[in-house]
Amino acid sequence: MAEHLITVALAGQPNVGKSTLFNLLTGLNQHVGNWPGKTIERKMGTCHFNGHTLEIVDLPGTYSLTANSLEERIARDYIIKEKPDVVVAIVNAASLERNLYLVAELLPLPVPVIVALNMVDVAESEGMKVEPHVLEAALGVPVVPMVATKGQGVRPLLEEIDRLVEGEVDYLPNRPQIREDHLEVVEEIESLVNPYVPEPYPRRWVALKLLEGDAEITEMIRERMKEDTWQEVHAILHQHEDAVVAVASGRYDWIARMIRAALIRPKVGQISLTHRLDRWTTHPFWGILILLGIVGFIFWLTYAVGAPLQGWLDTVVVGGAADLANAALSGAPDWLTSLVVDGIIGGVGTVLTFLPILIIFFASFGFVEDVGYMARAAYVMDRFMHLMGLHGKSFLPLFLGFGCNVPSVMGARIVESPRARLLTILLAPLMPCTARMAVLAFLTPIFFGAAAPLVSWGMVGLSLVVLALSGIVFNKVLFRGERVAFIMELPLYHIPDWRTIGLLILQRSRAFLARAGTIILVVSVIIWALSALPTGDIDTSFLATIGHLLEPVGRLMGQSWRMMVALLTSVVAKENAIATLGVLFGAGEEEAQLATILSQTLTPTAALAFLVVQMLFVPCVATVATVKQETNSWRWTGFSVAYLLVISFVAGILVYQIAGFVG
Amino acid sequence: MILANLAPGQVGVVKRLAGGWGMVSRLAAFGFTPDAKVEMVQNFGRGPIIVMVRGTRIALGRGEAQKIIVSPIVEGGE
Repeated sequence: MAEHLITVALAGQPNVGKSTLFNLLTGLNQHVGNWPGKTIERKMGTCHFNGHTLEIVDLPGTYSLTANSLEERIARDYIIKEKPDVVVAIVNAASLERNLYLVAELLPLPVPVIVALNMVDVAESEGMKVEPHVLEAALGVPVVPMVATKGQGVRPLLEEIDRLVEGEVDYLPNRPQIREDHLEVVEEIESLVNPYVPEPYPRRWVALKLLEGDAEITEMIRERMKEDTWQEVHAILHQHEDAVVAVASGRYDWIARMIRAALIRPKVGQISLTHRLDRWTTHPFWGILILLGIVGFIFWLTYAVGAPLQGWLDTVVVGGAADLANAALSGAPDWLTSLVVDGIIGGVGTVLTFLPILIIFFASFGFVEDVGYMARAAYVMDRFMHLMGLHGKSFLPLFLGFGCNVPSVMGARIVESPRARLLTILLAPLMPCTARMAVLAFLTPIFFGAAAPLVSWGMVGLSLVVLALSGIVFNKVLFRGERVAFIMELPLYHIPDWRTIGLLILQRSRAFLARAGTIILVVSVIIWALSALPTGDIDTSFLATIGHLLEPVGRLMGQSWRMMVALLTSVVAKENAIATLGVLFGAGEEEAQLATILSQTLTPTAALAFLVVQMLFVPCVATVATVKQETNSWRWTGFSVAYLLVISFVAGILVYQIAGFVG
Repeated sequence: MILANLAPGQVGVVKRLAGGWGMVSRLAAFGFTPDAKVEMVQNFGRGPIIVMVRGTRIALGRGEAQKIIVSPIVEGGE
């Protein structure tokens, strides 16, 4: 048999186990990137079966194929323009009716569809039963029952794909018909726009999308038509403005006919596990307590497992590498040793020591999402989050920023609305991460004695207030107060799929290492160079020169050039601020000695201002690099850095001046 | 009446959707189309609500739930 490439697109609504199936089919033969020009993840992979190579394309999860969101545009553009050999529509058997809506939208497109009836086990546990053969007969397309989390049904699916591609089955889909009352209008529109529909769009489909008021298709046809012919179409569309609901109703009528014989519903009054759990998890009071408990557990994991691992990596691996390099370079000039040990190994070390915490966060995140809890967390937090123009889903990524801002920025991916996602990314660096807290914990006792905990809490509170205010302002100014619609499915709880979580951890960590890692390394080396050149002594280095240049600004906040340099080096890693001060004040590694010197040189007012600035300052380079990676825009990354720079200095100056005035 | 005013356990039938195209189109895709039955699962009088529609649990913001016009089904009088 000749080897030829078969492209298979996976389509499905969210929460149908699409990623699980994708991972099952492709294993580690997958490539994760972005859709061209978009910040939406694109996963592709290959799979070999029966002498064929299948290229599997994971389309974004969408509820419909109307241009409501970027995901929906991407999914339908891919199907229409790239014409995959087969579209596998994955449906969740436990919410068959709603899931077939996407199938109703897929069938009119000129690509053969196979329905993968997934989560048959979940449906059964909810008291539902779906007869695949009856559904197959009704739809006229192959229906393959599956339990992807247990690997059941994958082989039959591949066989079905094979048979379809080889032309061994007659593909005679029972396409949803346009309702009687709209058939005439659709035909009229179709005849009017017929000569203007570009290849490869199906004409009938375009006419229907026009009737539905689809913005993208309307724009496409309008651009191609003469003004007067367009007016004619426009007049018809205007008369049928409410058709969008009627067309959707038509699809659900079709679905009702499809499932009438195939679906056995649960007995009335049967209370499912999901229902019982939801009584607690979505409760306005208990729900928040449960959420806090889960977040608390994640942080506990971070400290109990992540922090020791981090320490081990730092002393054994990074320290070991530094010792080796020192030994190997014993004859080399000092600057070279310093470049390798402090610059390169130091930089790599920073990247490496991030990993344990990131892995813990990605794992927790993946687990919470896969088990079906994420939507509940979003639900209980929505009322608070939407004050800032954010979706409830932004809560968890933002809150995890208490641990580290990097997974916070990466976690913003779960927010569907691009606007709310960007807002989440812009706000994430204002969460006080553990490294900032470490600086806080070191400095507050020196200056504030017994009031230290109070000052620390005040700093955390300040960060959160600035975050909330920034959210409100960004939402008003940048996004003109446009509200995010809150419509979200609460999926049934189910056993998580470890393979999916594992691959998520692998992919996210790899993305961090590949993209953020290189930037971190480069910036670490640059900062090293600035601190070592030209004399090898930090006191007379370029970095010190920059610190002196910044002194006029610093003076407004009561900061000497040394403090400004400490802020600058904190960009490599927040905890660097302390180490830098140690070097600059000649205290070396002795923290106690540094404490004494600091308490003599810095007034409590200036110390307070310094703390304020360091809490709100430009985040570490790992976070900045991740912002770039996730927004895919230097402009927004620049905006984020500039905003934090300005806000931190303004806050620092205000605090210093006001505190000085009050005494 | 509007969906947001249904009490927990009460079932209503969707009559009409108000609001702009984007909202209406999303609601319709989620299954809120005329004649669809919607059961109120959770409603504390403020904040978002949870309903059951077409066999799926859906969380809705109060604003969205005010855009869905329903007529309540009286117990036993269906």
